[in-house]
Amino acid sequence: MPTNPYPDARLVLSDGAVFHGKSFGFQGSISGELVFNTAMTGYPESLTDPSYRGQILVLTYPSIGNYGVPKPTIEDNMLRFFESDHIHVSALIISDYSEKHSHWNSSQSLGDWLKAEKVPALFGIDTRMLTRHIREKGSMPAKILIDSNDIPFDDPNNRNLVAEVSAQQKTIYGKGKHRIMLVDCGVKSNIIRCLLEYDTTVIRIPWDYDYSREDFDGLFISNGPGNPEHCIATIAHLKQSIAGDKPVFGICLGHQLLALASGASTYKLKFGHRSHNQPVLQDGTNKAYLTSQNHGYAVDIASIQSDWKSWFTNLNDNSNEGIIHKKKPIFSTQFHPEASSGPTDTAFLFSHFINAIEQWKK
Amino acid sequence: MEKINKVLVLGSGALKIGEAGEFDYSGSQALKALREEGIKTVLINPNIATVQTSEGIADQIYFLPVTPYFVERIIEKEKPEGILLAFGGQTALNCGIALHESGVLEKHQVKVLGTPVTAIMETEDRERFAALLGTIGVKTPKSVAVTSEEQALKAAEEIGFPLIIRAAFTLGGQGSGFCNNMDELQKQAEKAFSYADQILIEESLKGWKEIEYEVVRDRYDNCITVCNMENFDPLGIHTGESIVVAPSQTLTNSEYHKLRKISIQIVKRVGIIGECNVQYALDPESEDYRVIEVNARLSRSSALASKATGYPLAFVAAKLALGFGLHELKNSVTKTTTAFFEPALDYMVCKIPRWDLNKFHGVSKEIGSSMKSVGEIMAIGRSFEECIQKGLRMAGLGMHGFVANRELPEETIKKALNQPTDTRIFSIAAAFAEGWSVEQIHLNTKIDRWFLEKLYNIHQLSEKIAGFNAIESLPNDLLLEAKKCGFSDFQLARLVYSEAAPTDIEQLLLTVRKHRKSRGIVPVIKQIDTLAAEFPADTNYLYLTYHGDEHDILPEKDGRSVVVLGSGAYRIGSSVEFDWSGVNALQSIEKAGYRSVMINYNPETVSTDYDSCNRLYFEELSLERTLDIAELELPLGVIVSTGGQIPNNLAMRLHRQQVPILGTSPESIDKAENRYKFSELLDSIGVDQPAWKELSSMEDIELFTKEVGFPVLVRPSYVLSGAAMNVVSNASELRHFLEMATKISKQYPVVVSKFLTDAKEIEMDAVADKGEIILYAISEHIEFAGVHSGDATMMFPPQKVYVETIRRIKKISRKIAEALQISGPFNIQFLARDNDIKVIECNLRASRSLPFVSKVLKTNFIDYATRIMLGEKVEKPLKSLFELDYIGVKAPQFSFSRLSKADPVLGVDMASTGEVGCIGDDYYEAILKSMLAVGYRIPKKNILISSGPMRSKTELLASALWLTENGFDLFATQGTHQFLAENNIPSKVVYWPDVPKSPNAYELIRSRQIDLVINIPKNLSQEELDNDYTIRRAAVDFNVPLITNARLASAFIYAIARYRLEDLRIKSWSEYV
Repeated sequence: MPTNPYPDARLVLSDGAVFHGKSFGFQGSISGELVFNTAMTGYPESLTDPSYRGQILVLTYPSIGNYGVPKPTIEDNMLRFFESDHIHVSALIISDYSEKHSHWNSSQSLGDWLKAEKVPALFGIDTRMLTRHIREKGSMPAKILIDSNDIPFDDPNNRNLVAEVSAQQKTIYGKGKHRIMLVDCGVKSNIIRCLLEYDTTVIRIPWDYDYSREDFDGLFISNGPGNPEHCIATIAHLKQSIAGDKPVFGICLGHQLLALASGASTYKLKFGHRSHNQPVLQDGTNKAYLTSQNHGYAVDIASIQSDWKSWFTNLNDNSNEGIIHKKKPIFSTQFHPEASSGPTDTAFLFSHFINAIEQWKK
Repeated sequence: MEKINKVLVLGSGALKIGEAGEFDYSGSQALKALREEGIKTVLINPNIATVQTSEGIADQIYFLPVTPYFVERIIEKEKPEGILLAFGGQTALNCGIALHESGVLEKHQVKVLGTPVTAIMETEDRERFAALLGTIGVKTPKSVAVTSEEQALKAAEEIGFPLIIRAAFTLGGQGSGFCNNMDELQKQAEKAFSYADQILIEESLKGWKEIEYEVVRDRYDNCITVCNMENFDPLGIHTGESIVVAPSQTLTNSEYHKLRKISIQIVKRVGIIGECNVQYALDPESEDYRVIEVNARLSRSSALASKATGYPLAFVAAKLALGFGLHELKNSVTKTTTAFFEPALDYMVCKIPRWDLNKFHGVSKEIGSSMKSVGEIMAIGRSFEECIQKGLRMAGLGMHGFVANRELPEETIKKALNQPTDTRIFSIAAAFAEGWSVEQIHLNTKIDRWFLEKLYNIHQLSEKIAGFNAIESLPNDLLLEAKKCGFSDFQLARLVYSEAAPTDIEQLLLTVRKHRKSRGIVPVIKQIDTLAAEFPADTNYLYLTYHGDEHDILPEKDGRSVVVLGSGAYRIGSSVEFDWSGVNALQSIEKAGYRSVMINYNPETVSTDYDSCNRLYFEELSLERTLDIAELELPLGVIVSTGGQIPNNLAMRLHRQQVPILGTSPESIDKAENRYKFSELLDSIGVDQPAWKELSSMEDIELFTKEVGFPVLVRPSYVLSGAAMNVVSNASELRHFLEMATKISKQYPVVVSKFLTDAKEIEMDAVADKGEIILYAISEHIEFAGVHSGDATMMFPPQKVYVETIRRIKKISRKIAEALQISGPFNIQFLARDNDIKVIECNLRASRSLPFVSKVLKTNFIDYATRIMLGEKVEKPLKSLFELDYIGVKAPQFSFSRLSKADPVLGVDMASTGEVGCIGDDYYEAILKSMLAVGYRIPKKNILISSGPMRSKTELLASALWLTENGFDLFATQGTHQFLAENNIPSKVVYWPDVPKSPNAYELIRSRQIDLVINIPKNLSQEELDNDYTIRRAAVDFNVPLITNARLASAFIYAIARYRLEDLRIKSWSEYV
């Protein structure tokens, strides 16, 4: 736990609460939505996860930075050890920072990376107290102030965050036989990697791209940040797709968008699910899976339409974790089968999707 | 789920190295889980001091050996439908496998609940298991068995360097070695072949990280990993000997989940139902790994994981064995969320082993692939620095953290770093102090740089603090940072006031405390809730940290809380008996309508199960931390008399800080603890004691010993703490003890007293109320005085003591209780020769024998004591110890087989690691059962005797005669043979091991021709010990029962003269009492 040169800084919450910490990232004030994640590993993955766009992330595991930041190895045109090309969180809040890091694949300290990416970060915060605060009061706007100059609060949920993180143009990965149209609402690289493990060509398109006239075998709707209701164009395209019978697979925001397209509704959770230990049960079975999650909105179970059914349910709070069409190969999960970071128990869902495509082709 | 009505649970027997208190915790949890389902439970466990063998935990308890013979008899009698094998360590597992293989379980239609036996057996056989893992593509270390040098070279080519060579079937790693190239391989192989015909060529994983996962699977194939752990010490040091942190600290997400995924694959493939531990080696330079071990049962690691996370692994495993699914069970902490989850920690824990190697003669201090530690501690904090410093204090070896300790014995740092010993971490501190870099230390130890950087942080901080010479001048920021890095007030006082005399530190640490509090630098209470605060949890599992601004809970401070201080790390002389006492005190407190609060930090215990009390502080038992908690709780009072010596030593110090102590006053405790004051008190009330003198110089002591003669008892002033009393038999031992164990000076005099031999040792365990004895139990040692009371075999009620002796003992005890105004438990040790009674020691706290006498009497002494301490008026019980028509015998368990080269002889220092207590209709039945329960076997034919001094020879005469008359063959060393011949008892003479003639004692033992070795040393002088050492050690190494005390030997022989194995009655506790 180093002392200097870490200037004092404050975290101010929109309800007036103030926490004092030391700045170890970029020296700049910033505001965003304050959320917490209880995962014990995977800060490089979380920080680069586009779903965190606009959010100030609190990590509840107290010692962060231990294994530094991975090398920028490129594989399949993506950074092998990250979930996108750069950090998406607005800021990072932790308890104890390890500037001295140790790992064979480490290239720099977490602090240096945050500085280079211009992301503020504080350590020395009672993150458990802060987490309890968020749990009781809900996620809320907050700001990091590095000096006496104040800045306004900002609620990123009022913006179309998806538009900020989505690809600007079409990109093609792989040369496999199954052509998968991937609607990028802020896709994590590991989703693309998981799809490429099969015999696929992944066509990554912007969130509002009209793919109805394109040639493909299966449609994938990615994860992404913010309120699903902002993605009007995506929902409209989806409505058309699910009228047909091509396989569709959605994850996280993709799940919410599919639900909205199917006529179901979504709502905002008090403080979301952000962890590696969310238990889900496949409806009607005794099969339970541990999942990685990162979402602030959820699908209202009561609103699921009659052609559809709930597929997975959260064992802790009984919230919806997946829907599946009763007849067609169309399904989605709230959790992240691609993990990264988190447990890989549900990776078989990608194979489920590929099987559906193969079935459909027959 | 088919309905099961009655389940047999196998315990692990006496505590021993490698199998300790963790199985009391696991078994207790399993029994609780079964009872909750309305299932009748039958427990077999001779470990009478455990919590699981207490009333109300199992329906029937058998204090009988956990061996196939006894378990089968009990199955015949109890007719259980199911059996649990996974909760009693390797003892229970091996016993279960034997019962399965012999068809006993099938014959009696007893179903093994949980993981099937065949699956367990697959994991136990290294080769078969490696092959099984190969089928699912999981890697294990490459290993090839070869019988020629040629084959060895070929195998080396296949596997690649570096390699390790092991000679098969040798003890203590003889013939093993590392090699980095063909040249070294050739030399090593040649050497190894001189030890054995077959050698193993294995890939070397030296320096790899060692990582463990605790995996749970249910019958629906649902799987979770509750916890992972990372060893601070890289591969090569047994995980039981390693400092371990949870969760892993240096693993990336990808590594963490890669190993997690493999763990789940393995557990699914094996077909575990319940709990399983998987150990890995992980390459520090890539993601390459090897599976090095799998334990298909609850283990030490699983107990640690339970305490580290709050996830009750044993409880859940028992439910899964009954057929529940994980998703059908609730998280025991939140009570609302599911048991199908993986705990998210927002803190970290650090486990540190506790060794007692200096208690043994001849044992190497080096640690490695075999386990030597006798206990462990777990420290909780929110940074590694905080955890490790707390933990090093908790280990209780007189260290105050990573820095600011007393100097270690001189040794070159390079050697100390390269050859790990029990004190290696302090050698790292010494290396930093001498200017070594993290990188240099890493190269020498292979400890991950991350851990070393954290330690370096502590070192740097200590230097910064040492630059100040008054605590008031330390900047607040620095002081807070020091506290966040785990510095105790003591460390700060020692660093800042480096010139202060050791005696002043006590006052100075209070100065630091006062200053710190005035600056508002105080710790906060945090909860362990399994979900990192994501869900509200009304949990009572707590720790203190300086990394926080807010208390998670606020104690009521209504004076209705009672704090019980636990016993800390298990060590030789303080073990599960104090856990039993503590847990029972908690129960009585709750029954009396108060809130029970526990402070303890031993992960192997039941007292650190958050279910055992209203609030658990998993915290240090230091003055500083106890004061912190007392100030937060403002309790009715603190109980210091149920946790052994650690709380006892805190009594006066807490009292001086106005913390209310319940029960006997701290002044009285001090009077009993301070040898001088106590001896004076005895004189003043006219109680006899061995001739004594308080002496402050070597010359005076020598003069005194000339006057009274050896042996003498030497008792250091307790102010120094730690050093116990010691019996010394000659001048060289006396000098050795005074140099090694204590410092003698005017300031620290020692009390030397005449030590009586050939005297009976008798113990009084009692509870008094304001000086009046309410209940008591008197027990008698089988061995004469001279054997440490913890190593003695004890019978209760006494069988061979004069009624007049008992009368006098009661009278003296009443006088002492009155004089010290005792309120609570106490124990007095007496020497009796004829009717001459002398007091040798008095402890105003629960003793080691208290659970034993409580259970034999079925009268809970701790319950009485606690109620008295709470101020209740209690009635004297009606039971009298003379009305028992059965008898209990408590026997010690030794772990010499784990301590290579240690001399298995009993003497001045306690050496046993555990004990059992068995009940019989008569003395001989009880002693035979208890000795069988600690591993003795009834000899079939050949007995080797070397009977030591004349009085042992005489003692053994009658039993030797019986043996020869009953078809046993005696083998005797020269002197014993001659003595037997003179008394017309036939025996075959054997030569001493160092005489190259046959029949040779060593050869007979090695070739397993001997069923029992009786080896009585003449006295405890080094010369005599060396003479017989080889015989004793061979008996231990080749697993031949060994008795080193003549009185015990004859008691054992008398017992086998009266009882055959099948004559021993299979009676449960409730059938006796």
